[in-house]
Amino acid sequence: MSAIELHLPALQVVLPLIGAMLAALTRSGRLAWAIALVVTWVTAANAVLLVIQVMNSGVPISYVLGGWSVPIGIEYRVDQLNVFVIALVALLGAVVLPYAKRSVAHEIRPELQYGFYTMYLLCLAGLFGMAITGDAFNAFVFLEVSSLSTYVMIALGRHRRALLASYQYLIMGTIGATFYVIGIGILYLITGTLNFADIASRLPEQMDAFGRPAMVALSFLTVGICLKLALFPLHVWLPNAYAYAPSVATALLAGTATKVAIYLLLRIFFSVFGIEISFRTIPIGQVLIVLSVAAMIIAAVIAVFEENTERMLAYSSVSQIGYITLGIALANQAGLTGGLTHIINHAIMKTTMFLALGAVVYRIGTSMLPNLAGIGRKMPLTMAAFVISGLGLVGVPGTAGFITKWYLVLGALEKGAWPLVAVIVASSLIAVVYVGRVVEVAYFKSPSAELADVKDPPLSMLLPILLLAAATLYFGFDTTWSAEWCAQIATDLLGGTS
Amino acid sequence: MSVIEQFVSHHNYYVTILLMVSGLYIVIASGNMIKKLVGLSLFQTSVYLLYLSPAKIVGGTAPILDEKFQVYSNPLPHVLILTAIVVGIATISLGLAIVVRIYEVYGTIEEDEIFSSDGEI
Amino acid sequence: MIPSLLDSNLLTPADLVALAIVGPLLAAVGIAVFHRWPNLRETITLVAATGVAWVVWSLAPIVMAGGRPQLTIFEILPGVSFALKVEPLGMLFALVAGTLWLINSIYSIGYMRCNNEPRQTSFYICFAVAIAATLGLAFAQNLFTLFSFYEILTLSTYPLVTHKGTPAAMRAGRVYLLLLLGTSMVLLLPAILATYAFAGTLDFQAGGILSGKVSAAATGILLALYVFGIGKAAIMPFHAWLPNAMVAPTPVSALLHAVAVVKAGVFSILKVVVYVFGIDTVASSPAQPILIAVAMITLILASLIALRKDNLKARLAYSTVSQLAYIVLGALVATSVSVVGAGLHIATHAAGKITLFFCAGAIYLAHRKTEVSSLNGIGRLMPYTMTAFLIASMSLIGLPPLAGMWSKWLLLKGALDAQQLMVVAALMLSSLLSVAYLMPIVARAFFKPLPGFSDSSTPVQRKEAPWPCVFALLVTALLTCVLFFAADAITQLLDPIVSSSNLVTVPSDV
Repeated sequence: MSAIELHLPALQVVLPLIGAMLAALTRSGRLAWAIALVVTWVTAANAVLLVIQVMNSGVPISYVLGGWSVPIGIEYRVDQLNVFVIALVALLGAVVLPYAKRSVAHEIRPELQYGFYTMYLLCLAGLFGMAITGDAFNAFVFLEVSSLSTYVMIALGRHRRALLASYQYLIMGTIGATFYVIGIGILYLITGTLNFADIASRLPEQMDAFGRPAMVALSFLTVGICLKLALFPLHVWLPNAYAYAPSVATALLAGTATKVAIYLLLRIFFSVFGIEISFRTIPIGQVLIVLSVAAMIIAAVIAVFEENTERMLAYSSVSQIGYITLGIALANQAGLTGGLTHIINHAIMKTTMFLALGAVVYRIGTSMLPNLAGIGRKMPLTMAAFVISGLGLVGVPGTAGFITKWYLVLGALEKGAWPLVAVIVASSLIAVVYVGRVVEVAYFKSPSAELADVKDPPLSMLLPILLLAAATLYFGFDTTWSAEWCAQIATDLLGGTS
Repeated sequence: MSVIEQFVSHHNYYVTILLMVSGLYIVIASGNMIKKLVGLSLFQTSVYLLYLSPAKIVGGTAPILDEKFQVYSNPLPHVLILTAIVVGIATISLGLAIVVRIYEVYGTIEEDEIFSSDGEI
Repeated sequence: MIPSLLDSNLLTPADLVALAIVGPLLAAVGIAVFHRWPNLRETITLVAATGVAWVVWSLAPIVMAGGRPQLTIFEILPGVSFALKVEPLGMLFALVAGTLWLINSIYSIGYMRCNNEPRQTSFYICFAVAIAATLGLAFAQNLFTLFSFYEILTLSTYPLVTHKGTPAAMRAGRVYLLLLLGTSMVLLLPAILATYAFAGTLDFQAGGILSGKVSAAATGILLALYVFGIGKAAIMPFHAWLPNAMVAPTPVSALLHAVAVVKAGVFSILKVVVYVFGIDTVASSPAQPILIAVAMITLILASLIALRKDNLKARLAYSTVSQLAYIVLGALVATSVSVVGAGLHIATHAAGKITLFFCAGAIYLAHRKTEVSSLNGIGRLMPYTMTAFLIASMSLIGLPPLAGMWSKWLLLKGALDAQQLMVVAALMLSSLLSVAYLMPIVARAFFKPLPGFSDSSTPVQRKEAPWPCVFALLVTALLTCVLFFAADAITQLLDPIVSSSNLVTVPSDV
């Protein structure tokens, strides 16, 4: 095994980190973009190599930093679950970047552009770190790295409300992260270790003596992470953050940030505490189901009444995150597969839609629904991608969203929870309404005179959009790299602990 | 163990909880953006205590490998909190920077005044 | 007969199956590419339609001879493939849809050009996609594939319903989309998933995949979910989308909302009854009487509403709702005779109803008349059109020598076999009602004087719709006669889907 191959896990985090520093030094938007482009594509390749490595080795890869062995040192531990999340984040980060050049040039002042790319890379580094580390406190540090860079990216938005959105998110995000540290702290007090695997192995013997603190820790961790993944009703930061951040930042965040937080939740539930404690000792499953259902319905209904399409999609995200948490809460093979699959499916679909709206903003300067009249005929390819992803959100067969819905309904049926089946289908029905509103305006209203010269965005923006839209369709047909892989991960998560 | 005994032996936790709750309260109740950040800082500080107080052994020293020292405090939480403090500083300074920008744009840092000028968001 | 593509050995039957679906899709792409040249664009539609008709007619002899060409495209989920398989019922539906698309394309070109409709390119694209979806649905090998094409059909016809872009059209489009997508997602999809959970497969199999695997109560609930969930069958109370869809241009109403979409609904119900439940399971299900009652109510109520509608297309739409209930009834009565009758009715009603819509469109084109009450004496201005209207009406009512008679005959016979006397009564009553809502139109057209003329003998200048329209409607009117004589071939085709013991034939002594 070559030296590079040995260090893939570290490179995954270090590359964007170094890239961020270089980008910060350039003080030039174009140069920073070029660096970011190279770095994101190299990290994407690195992630793919990592996937291959994990697939070949069959067991989790352990990488100890600085040669300090586990559990004293910090360990990067790569298994099927997190390599899946890392690959998703890396690929999305790479696909979005070519798009970023023109969009950022359009939305952010020239002297600040290099800062944006610095934060973009820093955010990626944080997300990779969160996903890859096997150390609970290390995860917190990376969580904050990604969060802080996210706050900055949001604050760079074109509207002054972006500052408020950023501030709101900073407050909420910090509370969430602090809750996480509290939880980890209590776990540390109980077990005396910070390594996830180590905690998991030591926790059972402490449960008799320290059962209650362990439950308190689990509660703090759950609430803290759920704040970051915007589980209803802890989602209030998300709509404004998504709506007022620069389009590129929104697209990146919608696809990646919440997904990595979900990964962390899975790690805590299934790997650290184990399914027995997480779902049987205390009723976290039931609580999550109730909140997920609320998210799926209420957030979707709010989305229907939004005039700002980016906010509409943001509420839709809250609703779709409900699908994922519902799958987790079902905690059976089909449900968990559905939840995991939706991580990738939703990431692709929502990123496509935000990119498409970003392209619209690039052309006409606004994303308010009434201004989009007839845009479907002026920007046919962009809006076609939007509609395809929209159909994915609805869960039409042939799109990725259908696969998710399929597994979730099966999971609910397996649990004998008929009302949940009704909720899943009802939520996708509401999705028809909010996607349909945009379609109606975009395709069946006559374009105003201002839109006379509008056309599809330049190729560098259009290609990522079309590529992701094609992925939405692709994952609706071939599920080897989505549902089948997720089914395997779900088996591992459920089987490894029970 | 009587209530008082328990309180005395666990007093560090009670202080932690008090700080934690008052910090959160300030964040929620205050409309002034700077004061919110102060509350946030207080909230974070309580976590430092949560980590540090159990790690401190009375009469313990730093973990120095020497015949003379038998009792030492757990160094790990101290290091962790050093990191946490850095993170906390970064967070608060970014927060303050955003507040400065908000003041430049809106001319106020009171939430209700901002909402009345820009509409509830 | 038809020169078969297979003779050349270039194409296997499975290739033909794929071609039937890919052909229209390619046409859609071609139409999009050549949108600047309307003549070329229309040529593509016509060529594709001819090709599809050729393909389905080449497949028919194979299926008649017992062949079941099939094609698995890929496995999408464990045990669930995206797969096609031609069986008799689907073959019949494909024949109906494929043949009528060709005729309808001729009509469309006349109609759209004469009417100067906007956005004709997107019209033809959506149309071609809808046909591809219809053929895919007809050839679906399992419930998943069927469901996929079912949804695509809904989505591809939505732009056709909202084609005019007026507020009324948008409103109708919303009702259309929400009712069709809503029923399919809320009722049909859970039913399919439950079927998967119970049976472990979704493949259509003779005798049914659910028979003997679920309790009577669960069967009843599932059956109800399917019957209501397949909203395209327009069983009350989920019928409102169909009258709403009439805001679309007439060729759409004619082919899609009298043939492709609605027949896709009843076809799906038939498939579910025959291949998922098995007719014996349905016949013994506790839900059967209730669902039959609902279908009967739809049958009668829709006829009564049709009586009161003055708008010609609305009247025809409600007539469709009522005629669809015939087919659903045939499926639910669940005897081999009634199921074959239901299948036959798909074909016969299609020929009749498309003619009626063609006529309605022709009247609108030539004279801008949409209300029944304004049709006085129009038969003298448009003798060909109104003769075709008369023939099609008679077929719908069930008079010989027209096709509608046989399907009604078999449906009645099936109901009698099953001792469902209420159904027999409802079918008779509905036939009477159809006389009442169709014949006055013909009577008005031929026997009332034209407005401004004192009596009906004054010579007037004829004014028919453009020739492609008249040609199309005459061909379909002729089809209703041809089908009368060809009904036996269709029942022979359909016989294998029910038990092989008691073959259903058109009685030769009538």
